Amino acid sequence: MPNLEHPAYPAADLLHLESLVPCRESQVSMLLSVFGERQQFSFPSIFIYGHTSSGKTYVMQTLLTTLRLPHVFVNCVEYFTSRLLLEEILIQLQSCSSGTEQSSSVHCDTFNDFVRMFKQTVASRELQNQTLYIVLDRAEQLREMEANILPAFLRLQELTDSNVTVVLLSEIVWELFRPNVGCFEPFTMYFPDYSIGHLQKILSQNHPPEYSADFYAAYINILLGVFYMVCRDLKELRHLAALNFSKYCEPVVRGEANERDTRKLWKNIEPHLKKAMQTVYLREISSSQWERLQHDGGEPGQLKGLSAHTHVELPYYSKFLLIAAYLASYNPVRTDKRFFLKHHGKIRKTNFMKKHEKTSNHLLGPKPFPLDRLLAILYSIVDNRVAPTANIFSQITSLVTLQLLSVVGQNDQLDGPRYKCTVSLDFIRAIAR
Amino acid sequence: GCFVFKPATKKRRLSEKTAHDFRSRSDDSEDTGLRFVTCQSLWNQIKSETQQIQENLNKQLLDNLVSFLNRSHSEFREKTTEWTCRMKFREIPTAALVLGVNVTDHDLTFRGVSDVLQDNITPYIALLEAKDCPGIKNLMQKLMGQLMNCDIDVDSLEDEDYVQVSQNRIRCSMSSLISWYESVTKKTDSETPSKKRNSSSRHWQSPPVVVIFKDMESFTTKVLQDFIVISSQHIRELPLVLIFGIATSPMIIHRLLPHSVSSLLCIELFQSLSCKEHLSTIIDKLLLTSQFPFKLGEKVLQVLINIFLYHDFSVQNFIKGFQLCIVEHFYSQPLSVLCCQLVDVKKRVNSLSHDQCENIRRLPSFRRYVEKQVSEKQIALLTNDNFLKEETEKLLEDLHVYHENYVSVLRCLHVFTSSLPKYPLGKQIRELHCACLENRVWETEEYESSLQLARMLNKTDLVTMLQQCVEILMSSSGKEFDKTIEKLKEFLTQFQNLEEASQERDVSISSQKELQKKTDLYHLQKTLLELKESRRSKKLTKFEMLRFEVVDYIDSLVRKYLVPASDRTLHEVVYFNAATVLRGHLNAAPRTALHTALNNPHWYLKNQALKCDGGGISNKAPDICIVYKLHLECGRLINLVDWLEAFSTVVMAAEEPNADAASSDQVDDIIHARFIRAVSELELLGFIKPSKQKTDHVARLTWGGC
Repeated sequence: MPNLEHPAYPAADLLHLESLVPCRESQVSMLLSVFGERQQFSFPSIFIYGHTSSGKTYVMQTLLTTLRLPHVFVNCVEYFTSRLLLEEILIQLQSCSSGTEQSSSVHCDTFNDFVRMFKQTVASRELQNQTLYIVLDRAEQLREMEANILPAFLRLQELTDSNVTVVLLSEIVWELFRPNVGCFEPFTMYFPDYSIGHLQKILSQNHPPEYSADFYAAYINILLGVFYMVCRDLKELRHLAALNFSKYCEPVVRGEANERDTRKLWKNIEPHLKKAMQTVYLREISSSQWERLQHDGGEPGQLKGLSAHTHVELPYYSKFLLIAAYLASYNPVRTDKRFFLKHHGKIRKTNFMKKHEKTSNHLLGPKPFPLDRLLAILYSIVDNRVAPTANIFSQITSLVTLQLLSVVGQNDQLDGPRYKCTVSLDFIRAIAR
Repeated sequence: GCFVFKPATKKRRLSEKTAHDFRSRSDDSEDTGLRFVTCQSLWNQIKSETQQIQENLNKQLLDNLVSFLNRSHSEFREKTTEWTCRMKFREIPTAALVLGVNVTDHDLTFRGVSDVLQDNITPYIALLEAKDCPGIKNLMQKLMGQLMNCDIDVDSLEDEDYVQVSQNRIRCSMSSLISWYESVTKKTDSETPSKKRNSSSRHWQSPPVVVIFKDMESFTTKVLQDFIVISSQHIRELPLVLIFGIATSPMIIHRLLPHSVSSLLCIELFQSLSCKEHLSTIIDKLLLTSQFPFKLGEKVLQVLINIFLYHDFSVQNFIKGFQLCIVEHFYSQPLSVLCCQLVDVKKRVNSLSHDQCENIRRLPSFRRYVEKQVSEKQIALLTNDNFLKEETEKLLEDLHVYHENYVSVLRCLHVFTSSLPKYPLGKQIRELHCACLENRVWETEEYESSLQLARMLNKTDLVTMLQQCVEILMSSSGKEFDKTIEKLKEFLTQFQNLEEASQERDVSISSQKELQKKTDLYHLQKTLLELKESRRSKKLTKFEMLRFEVVDYIDSLVRKYLVPASDRTLHEVVYFNAATVLRGHLNAAPRTALHTALNNPHWYLKNQALKCDGGGISNKAPDICIVYKLHLECGRLINLVDWLEAFSTVVMAAEEPNADAASSDQVDDIIHARFIRAVSELELLGFIKPSKQKTDHVARLTWGGC
């Protein structure tokens, strides 16, 4: 096990840090060596990437707070425009060194303003003598802002001429970021996924106070056995563990088994977890409903999940419109005559459709069709005469707003609108019944 | 035609002016002012009644929602630090509200929801619509605007700094929202809690912020995802609750949101009442009652129900249609002044003018009535206004009694027909109602077959139905039913007595036993034949006799009370029957109207010269009509030069039939200009568009264009 060592920081802090970031020691020590001592200039920009919940944000945050390094932490999804983002950085910066001081309202529209105000703030807060860290979480959002934002952040040290390091956190690789005009290459670093052993270790760390660590570790072992195949998200796993733990403890509480009776406990919890995988994990039923079920000891079968309510009740003509749209989307135009005309002539004996055509129609997805074709098919599939009233046309529009149909090509709305049917065959079957 | 939209249809804009419109058509001898007032008061009654019904129907849903909201942030409020709470991921409580496809009704439901929440849970409610939120920025702006405004509404105190800060000045970010929330809750804490509604003072310490997404389907995925991700990061500081209004099925949540986002939510499902049940209740409470004097005729009701079932499922539209019927009835029928509560009838009849008496005499149903009377009475009715008034009053009272009885007997009949296999008379009471209004129901085949089926009902069903009928009749306001109830009760006791005397069944059982003894095939066949014979000739059991009696009695009730309204005298006063007018208003056919206007201009212009025979093109028609007719003969692409030539031929045909040599290849400039104008008018109407496929061609867009 690599122990964290760095001459610049007190050993107690490092030990504490190590206990907080299990299974990420090597990354932390790497970061520490890149950071160097407090007053030393660090690498201008660092890019850290890795899968969902591989500890990027957590490690950065704990590292910076435990060692009390001056830093700014911003989530790019939350500050969705460049102006908001820059202003937020400045605001955090103002309150960063002197916590309580009232931050005055900041106005910062361009990066140029930002650099200027950044320098002012750093100078006034006396932050020059140590490295300041700006962490941009979910940095992939930066690509959607103005083109100059990302390159400018990468060179912030150079632009502001002060001791600052920008850390970008993202789930995607640097190659997808690199602007084509060329820019400063950041120091990239990869956070690998946690292995099953890591997960076991991390999850077992936070055992509830009433029960022993071993007992909880055994539970986590069972949980991982069920869920590791489908879910490696640490947050999600921890959530599921907390949800189902009371069920696991049930035999112990009732006195039917003691804490060491793993086999009995396993028998009790395993089917329960499997059910959880099909319901709670998929958000078919909510976790609070799941908890209530557990509490009442009811069967999950009583509660219907979200996907159980697939049936949609539609007005009579809407049904036919949707069916007609489906037919128009999946049948080729040339077959219309054969299917919908009363006297279509004799059907040719030869194979009407080639084989590959027949199989692929559903795989190819819906094709767009004009409004007139939809109406023509509608008239032929409805038994009695349909007057083309305003109500019929408004139903087409409301089907579009319900996302059962979709409009193709926005520009041609008045001349000849074209639609696509977006529902599945099962849905149409349910309607046609 | 369907271009007709009378200004008097919108009731909300009713003012002195519309009242005047009501009057302007006919002179004042026809009580227009009174009619208008009656119409208004009737509509107000009906409106409040429907609102009441809707509130009751939504009560269940709203109660569930309220308890969900109460539950959702209990942890936040109590600040529990239990282990499970610490370990668990904080999800955003989300209510998925499945409301059905009748989008027009949703507004009302949401209004009800937000009112109830405002009263019980929280003052902080934001209603978001997809069309206002194309991006996350707009969404945040809208959200903050609504939330901060609502705070000002609640306590419009010294909040000047908020009022003054215009919307653009506020930083549209979650952090400013959070600081706003903190400041607001702190203030309410420091204030004396007694000032607030006290029963729920616990909620007031940190009421949740409710964000309602009205039309979940129309929101773009990105906006929703971003919003959920952002707010889930701040769920600990800002107790947010989301409500998704879903029109189709809850599957849409999974379609719109990836797992990584939907795992941030704690979704519970709430289903509103189906709109069909809603309609049934409305019909039950508005039409099948003698509370309101106004009635819908069969055709009109059919139109309204068809629009509902075939087109929109919208109860609001149904009520709007009903409102239109009321207005139209009071507007077009001078005698509708008598369509009022029974207590007012006497006064109104007495104050009828002579013209109105003549109107009564002109009513077809009244004429039929007169013809049946003896000659002296006929003369009196036709000449003496006072006698007529007395008679009218009596007839109107009869009509009222008829309605009272009708409703009760209809419900009784529905008890029977709704449990028959295959429902020959329809499952819903509205279908039965339509059948009874249409013509004499006992003459129809469906009625015959349902009676036959009723004669085969088993005993327990029959007894329960009879009991139901007794209850219905007991609760009805009709006075004539005392005898009927007695009779039905007698039937019930007879059925009870039957139970004791059941010897006859033993006989049949013994014969069954005999049957089992026989093993020889020939004998078996013989006995079977005998058995069949005996069964055919066997006289009916007591139960069967009684059953026949019951069914016959019900039949007699139907014949007596369910006479179609059109057979009643003076039914025109209270029944609205102009179905075609209504259809024209509510179910417009723009394509057909446009085609008629262009193809047969006489229909709208009423100019004799335009009356054309068959398919010929008259040159007196407006230019656009000629151009339109010519274009009907073309294929998908139309050559402009050919079209122009055809046009000029038609136009010139009458003007100078002899001098054709001069204009053989040169088209007159004026005609050319007229042609161009007509063509561009057609383009404006959307019949053609310029085509890039061929030069000098335009493409047809309608009817056979493809």
